[in-house]
Amino acid sequence: MRLEPIASPSPARRIVPPALAMAATFLVAALLALIAGGNPFAVFGLILNGAFGSKFALLETLNSATPLIFTGLAIAVAFRAKLWNIGAEAQLYAGAVLTVILGTGALGLPSYLMLPLCALAAMLAGALLLLGPALLKTRLGVDEVVTTLLFNFIFLLFVSYLLEGPLKDPMGMGWPKSARLTSEARLPRIVDGLRLHWGFALALAAALLVWVINTRTTLGYEMRAVGQNAEAAGFAGIPVTRVILKTALLSGGLAGLAGFSEVSGLKGALTLDLSPGFGYTGIVVAMLALLHPLGVVVAALFVAAIFVGADSMSRAVGVPSYIADIMLASALLFMVLAILLTKFRVRRD
Amino acid sequence: MSTENEAQVVLRLQGITKRFGPVTANEEVSFDLHRGEVIALLGENGAGKTTLMNILFGQYTADAGSVELFGQPLPPGAPRAALDAGVGMVHQHFTLADNLSVWENIVLGVDHLSGLSLKPRQVKSRIRALSQQFHLKVDPEAKVGRLTVGERQRVEILKALYRDAKILILDEPTAVLTPQEAEALFATLREAISTGLSVIFISHKLHEVMAISHRVVVLRHGRLVAERATDDSSREELAALMVGAEVTAPSIETAPPGAPLLALSQVCTPDHGAAPGLKSLNLTLAAGQITGLAGVSGNGQAALSDLLSGLISPTRGEMQLAGEPVKSWSPRNAIAKGIARIPEDRHKTGTIADFDLTENAILETYASRFSRRGWMNWAAARAFTKDLIKTYDVRCPGPDIRIRLLSGGNMQKLILGRVLEEAPQIILANQPVRGLDIGAVNYVHGELAKARDRGAAVLLISEDLDEIMQLSDVIHVISEGRLSPSFARGSMRPEELGAWMAGHGFDAEAPDAA
Repeated sequence: MRLEPIASPSPARRIVPPALAMAATFLVAALLALIAGGNPFAVFGLILNGAFGSKFALLETLNSATPLIFTGLAIAVAFRAKLWNIGAEAQLYAGAVLTVILGTGALGLPSYLMLPLCALAAMLAGALLLLGPALLKTRLGVDEVVTTLLFNFIFLLFVSYLLEGPLKDPMGMGWPKSARLTSEARLPRIVDGLRLHWGFALALAAALLVWVINTRTTLGYEMRAVGQNAEAAGFAGIPVTRVILKTALLSGGLAGLAGFSEVSGLKGALTLDLSPGFGYTGIVVAMLALLHPLGVVVAALFVAAIFVGADSMSRAVGVPSYIADIMLASALLFMVLAILLTKFRVRRD
Repeated sequence: MSTENEAQVVLRLQGITKRFGPVTANEEVSFDLHRGEVIALLGENGAGKTTLMNILFGQYTADAGSVELFGQPLPPGAPRAALDAGVGMVHQHFTLADNLSVWENIVLGVDHLSGLSLKPRQVKSRIRALSQQFHLKVDPEAKVGRLTVGERQRVEILKALYRDAKILILDEPTAVLTPQEAEALFATLREAISTGLSVIFISHKLHEVMAISHRVVVLRHGRLVAERATDDSSREELAALMVGAEVTAPSIETAPPGAPLLALSQVCTPDHGAAPGLKSLNLTLAAGQITGLAGVSGNGQAALSDLLSGLISPTRGEMQLAGEPVKSWSPRNAIAKGIARIPEDRHKTGTIADFDLTENAILETYASRFSRRGWMNWAAARAFTKDLIKTYDVRCPGPDIRIRLLSGGNMQKLILGRVLEEAPQIILANQPVRGLDIGAVNYVHGELAKARDRGAAVLLISEDLDEIMQLSDVIHVISEGRLSPSFARGSMRPEELGAWMAGHGFDAEAPDAA
């Protein structure tokens, strides 16, 4: 068997394989639900209900999607320029650390200054964290997959040190936990009394902004050119190195915002479990979205819904919530296969 | 010589059809090859020659039709079967292991290297015998990595002969050779057919086809359009058959040179892997003149092209543009200084395959012409591209399709339009017509001549000596990074240039240059 590239895929070929991929994902999940002793239809019904069935559930899903939109965008921006940023997890924590440093009472600023300051500082921290690996890549040819991935572990240990040391909450009964943000540094809720915070709106705005950058700006054009064919881009006079560094700043900045939004909007303080791997799940989100910024919003909502829904489902019936991880993993695998089938046709020799 | 119908048919292709998606690469192709015969397979690039040979060699499976070798049907999709039946193929890009010696390369995949059955002395003596018989001078002990391109080709041919090939397929064998080396190759082929071998010779160089083949098979758009006994045909007829229309090459007369627009003096650049850099090179490009750079590929053309493109800077020596020494140098500076660059590889360097025509057309000028304060002006870019498509006759459905869907000729026309729109003073054309059909070749040559006539300085780099001799007002030969003196149009015969291409004459020049 061989793969033959398709010159211009028909609309059906663009739609059918991804649709089949989603169907296959649910089929796998249904089989597992059966094996675990549940009725697949009931399980999916409960997941759907748990994700969207009530106002509380819906807002919970939107809150969970927020950090994934940020990290998904960070990955999508970088991957589009073929900058393989696997370090969104560390960049997220860097943003969170800066938010905590500035927002726990060190500065006596009003909310309308405090919040933009924290957000900018978080972006800067994330951006600088990715600038190192990007410089190593452009100057010395060091593979950024390795540097960004390994830096996640180093930075998490560093955060652990901060939470045991300089940033430890003196009133925290000895837990590795930062002091709480002052109320000026907290992102308010969009509607009083409902848990949804302004971080979600910020995430949507970021997605829109990235989309505009991609399609309307010179930088967007340059990033796509460098990603698709750096040799041709360089030959044509596009400053490839500078474009890669700008991409790194944008990507790291978006991941840093995720940390700001989580601490300031949701948690109010920094702990080591701030992110259950948002930086890595962002890769899945970006891939499912085919690196499209608006697709990232949809993919993040899908992923968040599965996780929130599965949690509530497993409380109701005896099917473990791990099923969410499996659905996510199989969705990614099937989707990668589906993307292949939109571009190639299988030939039997 | 007429075809010997009574001679044994060694290969029979019957009704071969092969499709790649909507593209038909071969349609109903049938012909016979006889013992001791040379068939030239002629056709422009994309006519389906290589696909057909890959089917014969078992690398592709035909959708319809059959291949018969020595009366036996060949099982489809089995390269091993074709090899065992005595088909040897010398690819355009050699398939040799650089770190092994000649004899090791030759036995690789034939004899069992692991067992005790391998007897190096016998192998080597057989190779020596073969190389003597077929005039293929090569040292069996030499490492392949040290050999010249011509020697490597001889190793490939020896490899086929060592395996007792009865049918030899040569894919564009002379593309990498000097005229003298090509002549030696023909002597080898003549010896081969006298011993009963049969040869399929793929080429689009008509004089070679006339010189070596008995019969010519012409492919166009995947179909066999004509089969001629070589002696009953002519170059003109074959050219017409190949493109499907009578073609006229632009005729070019020499013009007096204008002011020097670009001057390199004592310029050196570093070696790049196996490709040599420039070695203290002096070159002047004058206005209103086409300067041809002849040479076997890999002799410093890439370094010179990269230098003029702005990709590299001289490590020593000076570069002057219109009398001014160049200080900071980059692709963007080169474009700003009015250098139009037509790169050697239009797929990898010239265009971005998945970008549409508009995005490709503005690749060099987007910053200065189509963006303001960081925002793209796509409407203007699209209008500009539509203009280019019209002016340069790019055949395409519109500016919004991906450039990978265009044929090589149309792709090159878009690149040509992109760089010539700015009325450049200096034009660097590196292999501008490689792989194009004759219609597109004439178009590109015509545009270069037009640019020259309006006063541009053109540097034409090509491995095709015919092209160089036809177009150039002055000719330089490059060999191992050194440049020959300049020769006026018509002052040198191909053989004399060939001697320079092979590296003769430079040592006499050396004290002169120093």
